[in-house]
Amino acid sequence: MLTNGTTAPEFSLLSTPTQAVSLSEFRGKKVILAFYPADWSPVCGDQMALYNEMLQYFRKQNAELIGISVDGIWCHLSFSKDRNLHFPLLADFEPKGAVAKRYDVYDERTGECKRALYIIDEEGIIKWCYLSPIGINPGADGILDALDEMAAAKK
Amino acid sequence: MPLRFPVTENDHIRGNAAAAIEVVEYGDYQCPHCGRAHPMVKELQQCLGDKIKFVFRNFPLKKIHPQAREAAIATEAAALQGKYWEMHDLVFEHQRRLHNSALMEYAAQLDLDLAQFSQDIADPKLDELVEDHFIGGMRSGVNATPTFFINGEKFEQSWEDKGLLAFIKEKYGDVL
Repeated sequence: MLTNGTTAPEFSLLSTPTQAVSLSEFRGKKVILAFYPADWSPVCGDQMALYNEMLQYFRKQNAELIGISVDGIWCHLSFSKDRNLHFPLLADFEPKGAVAKRYDVYDERTGECKRALYIIDEEGIIKWCYLSPIGINPGADGILDALDEMAAAKK
Repeated sequence: MPLRFPVTENDHIRGNAAAAIEVVEYGDYQCPHCGRAHPMVKELQQCLGDKIKFVFRNFPLKKIHPQAREAAIATEAAALQGKYWEMHDLVFEHQRRLHNSALMEYAAQLDLDLAQFSQDIADPKLDELVEDHFIGGMRSGVNATPTFFINGEKFEQSWEDKGLLAFIKEKYGDVL
């Protein structure tokens, strides 16, 4: 994982067939990058659907959520619609896992992103990260605690 | 992963409030997994009797289960008339029918004061209560429904196939 205090690598990935999302667009806001293996896991409370329920709490802390997996854009669109997601899912599709590799969260064995979280501050610096053990879906408590600490540090 | 907000007398407690074994469930009334867990939880309580105290807290996934929040509020409204667990059971037993008129039917079935019930389900305080449960769950690392905490620690294994009972018997066998 990249260390706290380093500048988060810039990227630009498709979120829809015609629109790309760049990290630099979010300067001035905190960004929660949620790397995850794949869309369509067979549970109600999968990680992305769960975070979708918590967006208002992230936004209260001026943080925007972005999901990234190696799935293609059409898969993301379908999944997003099915789960009624209100945040972008980015396709780290071509070259496969290139952004995940830059963030040191690509799993060479499975060809998917690991479950990893990064929080990037308003100036583009990584402030917190977490790598989930394989098979474990991290909840949002780590994110919320880290956001609280960042807010406290500013005072 | 510890339960951030310990159980208090304001929680909905079923069983022996002084029991040595406490099971907290964060659940969503419209979630099919919670629906499947419901009979298992009842069986757990039947098996362990007064050795266990069971607490339910709301964790509605509103964006994928649009009726989950209303169902949760309905149970909290029933609680105000002393029929929380009855409504909790009815709702889980009728997951396919959680629209407003169905919830009113269940209230009638439980002989609740319907005028009071209607007023209560519209009260923002109940919405806040449900939301507070959700926030507590979020802060405690709840990452799916149902999520169980046994004596304050998140249960990470599978609850399916009597997983909870097996775990409790193994870990707390001496207390049983």
